[in-house]
Amino acid sequence: MNAPAIRYVGQPLRRREDFKFLTGKGRYVDDTKLPGMLHMAVLRSPHAHAEIKCIDITKAAAAPGVRLVLSGKDLAGKIGPIMPNWIIPGSKVPFRPVLAIDRVRFVGECVALVVAEQQAAAYDAVDLIEVDYEPLPAVVDEEAATRNGAPQLHDNVPGNITTIYKVRGGDYQKAAREADQIISLRLVNNRLIPTCMETRCIVADPTPDGTLTVYIGSQVPHMHRRWIAETTGIPEHLLRIVAPDIGGGFGAKMHLYPEDLLCPYLARQLGTPVKWWESRSESHQSTSHGRAHIESIEAAIRNDGTILGMKVETLGNAGAYLSNMASGGPTVNTINFGTGTYEIENYEAISRVVVTNTVPVDAYRGYGRPEAAYIAERTIDAVARHLNLDQVEVRRKNFIQPTDFPHRPYGSAGVMFDSGNYQGCLDKALAAFDYDGRRRERAALLRDGIYRGIGVAAYTHMCGMAPSRRLALSGFDRGGWESARVSIDSSGRATIYSGSMSQGHGHLTSLSQIAADVLQIPIENIDVVQGDTRQVQAGHGTFNSRSMAVGGSSVHVSSERIVAKAKKIAAGMLEVDEKDVAYSAGTFSVPGTDIAAVSFAKVARMAYVGHRLPDGLAPGLDETVFYDPTGMGSPSGVHLAYVEVDAETGIVRVLDYVAVDDVGTLINPLLAAGQIHGGVVQGIAQALYEEVSYDSESGQLLTGSLLDYAVPRAEHVPNITSLFQETPSPTNPIGVKGIGESGSIAAPPCMVHAVLDALSPFGITHLDMPLTPPRVWSAITKARAGADR
Amino acid sequence: MTKVDDRLHAVTIEINGARRTIEVPARKLLVQLIRDDLGLTGTHVGCDTSQCGACTVEIDGRAVKSCTVLAVMADGVSITTIEGVSPPGAALDPVQAAFHEHHALQCGFCTPGMIMSVRQLLRTNPDPTEAEIRHGLAGNICRCTGYHNIVRAVEALALKGVER
Repeated sequence: MNAPAIRYVGQPLRRREDFKFLTGKGRYVDDTKLPGMLHMAVLRSPHAHAEIKCIDITKAAAAPGVRLVLSGKDLAGKIGPIMPNWIIPGSKVPFRPVLAIDRVRFVGECVALVVAEQQAAAYDAVDLIEVDYEPLPAVVDEEAATRNGAPQLHDNVPGNITTIYKVRGGDYQKAAREADQIISLRLVNNRLIPTCMETRCIVADPTPDGTLTVYIGSQVPHMHRRWIAETTGIPEHLLRIVAPDIGGGFGAKMHLYPEDLLCPYLARQLGTPVKWWESRSESHQSTSHGRAHIESIEAAIRNDGTILGMKVETLGNAGAYLSNMASGGPTVNTINFGTGTYEIENYEAISRVVVTNTVPVDAYRGYGRPEAAYIAERTIDAVARHLNLDQVEVRRKNFIQPTDFPHRPYGSAGVMFDSGNYQGCLDKALAAFDYDGRRRERAALLRDGIYRGIGVAAYTHMCGMAPSRRLALSGFDRGGWESARVSIDSSGRATIYSGSMSQGHGHLTSLSQIAADVLQIPIENIDVVQGDTRQVQAGHGTFNSRSMAVGGSSVHVSSERIVAKAKKIAAGMLEVDEKDVAYSAGTFSVPGTDIAAVSFAKVARMAYVGHRLPDGLAPGLDETVFYDPTGMGSPSGVHLAYVEVDAETGIVRVLDYVAVDDVGTLINPLLAAGQIHGGVVQGIAQALYEEVSYDSESGQLLTGSLLDYAVPRAEHVPNITSLFQETPSPTNPIGVKGIGESGSIAAPPCMVHAVLDALSPFGITHLDMPLTPPRVWSAITKARAGADR
Repeated sequence: MTKVDDRLHAVTIEINGARRTIEVPARKLLVQLIRDDLGLTGTHVGCDTSQCGACTVEIDGRAVKSCTVLAVMADGVSITTIEGVSPPGAALDPVQAAFHEHHALQCGFCTPGMIMSVRQLLRTNPDPTEAEIRHGLAGNICRCTGYHNIVRAVEALALKGVER
């Protein structure tokens, strides 16, 4: 008679949110149309570095349909400056006005704005603003920016270095003395554009009673509420942030941009809604870029392939100002993790964050951890290549052991890997890939002049930055908690108000799965509300692969409290002691008795009518939790790639890709694999195709549109075999670790290793990403010429 | 500066089965007419260089990027947008259903255009190979799925998938 317990976690449920997207009923910010809505357009700097001598808005202001034209001087002291949210202690923070005042520092910086009745009229009028610039020398490269005599961007940032951060464990110098050899590498981590398919868009809607609703595709709605309040002076409680459906985020939609402040300010000034929509070409020169590092590495090694020590120097290009998290990415997020999955006791690293005349660089899918994995993995691959050892065995030899968790690499105080079994992932990946068979095939084909290569990469990192008190130490001005409210209605159906923010992740499905298992009610009876600060109590949003580990855990704990209270109410209704009540599949029963069971729905109704509640128990069935994790989960994995290089053209074809990821307990394997597919392809894109180019003299952006920036199409990427190993995280009640960033962390080194393996017959041991046909072809041609000599 | 010609031109189209006449300036793009004048916001704008395919609609039965067409050029044509693929109350089109079943969408922004291109692909080649599927979708960028599950969805729709 007892129904089996409800269990959704682990099932590949199809997404509950799909239907609106499939039928064109998704609602993105650009779909917002309000009565009286005006349109803002922004005049952007055509210069990488210049003094603004004067701005003449006369013609623009007189153009048809124009309501307002403003330049930086008009806003000085009224709104701004734009402050970072993560400031590594000791950082020098450049002054960043909302509109440039007397100087521009990158192509695309906001200089002036027009508000008009139609978008086209606003664009037309922007062209009528006359700005007299005095160009200054520009610097776009992070190494060049730190040299003597380089153009200086900010008076308070001498040498263009905002931040210096050091990490140390053991004694690298001693390791270097004891080593058989020292190998060194210089790696360029290419600058990328996150490229959400939906560009940024904002609509600010003032009401006569003084509140302001801001529609914005934000990964972090409550953070945007705080930042917009603090930077515009609008009281936070009068601001309502609504993040509707979001067309991808990948880190780029979690920062405070000038337009996020301009629309709210203008809407309040003009008393009517103001909209701004970012064109794709604008996006390339105004939305944050990613990566843009140069790494210098030394590894002290033994001839048997043991790595005794590592030394890393990072230069992180921050662009013209310190964007939201910009001082944290190349520092804490990168060099803390430079030893990867390997037991390397002696480690010494320094990171410098550098300002240049380029678009600000900030978080992009993995932020720092892809760069760190690239450091660790290119190093271990170089060790194998240098010593002519097998790339798999060198990794196995240096891996942290499964019995050695929790593990603090190099004795680090700040980094702790909670769990993992890298050997298990490796074995599973090798088997799925048919590693031995492929090695034989590679060797056989090489005899026919066909160049194939196998790449391996392992990774680990940490997700869901927490607990809150730890974040203070690194200058991160937010908490590590997440909030969830589970509200049961009088029929026993649930609404979850979650501070996480889906941008395509499928939280309606995955968070419902978590809640349904605890509440023991059908998933159809659960709804999820996100992205409205007037509905959702509080939150930090979605980044750092935190939504399931922290957001999901908060839903779990909140649901548990619901059941605990419901059990008390049920005990009263059944007239038994609470500890005698069992609960499963929506039914409270008293096992071993013939007492008639009572349903969750009846208990919910009782909670709201309140007629027969136990003494001292308040009515209602509604629980809110601020869940602050005690630690962070560490996903890990091993990826393998198989490529073929056409030696005559330099074209790299990806033949196969196998990913084995240990992301802890899987909530929904279908969605988890989807995250891996997407992340891997973004990583393949970094390795093979994408790179932001600037002209080093003029500082002009050369990849200013999707015509010039090589986002991959379906025919550029392979099928991906995504497999999982589940080592539950001990740091949270549901055992999950985080998954969103795994693919873009593992794939770049994996791909580069595969191409270098294919090119090894030519004696090529190093190439920087992206491995475009010209770059590969040139390397082959050079190597052949050298061999002929 | 050249003076903007803001004169309006009447354009008559059939959209999702309904005949509409709209007055537009000469410089308005078809995608703007669809989104702004007709309120059919399922058709998206993802770029400004006709690269991304998010604005793909069917014009007289052929998939076209609606940002490459001026609204005035559409006079007299019949257009199907994503809203017309499965009208309210109707069952999902097989392409939509396959996308759901194979988790071929995440953020959903590219999805309407992608569905239009898949319909076009299967009309011209009902039994495509994987390579033909990947090539056939080269005009549509998806940044979330890595294309893997989109290809699976189309494979399931191909003749060989049905026969299997």
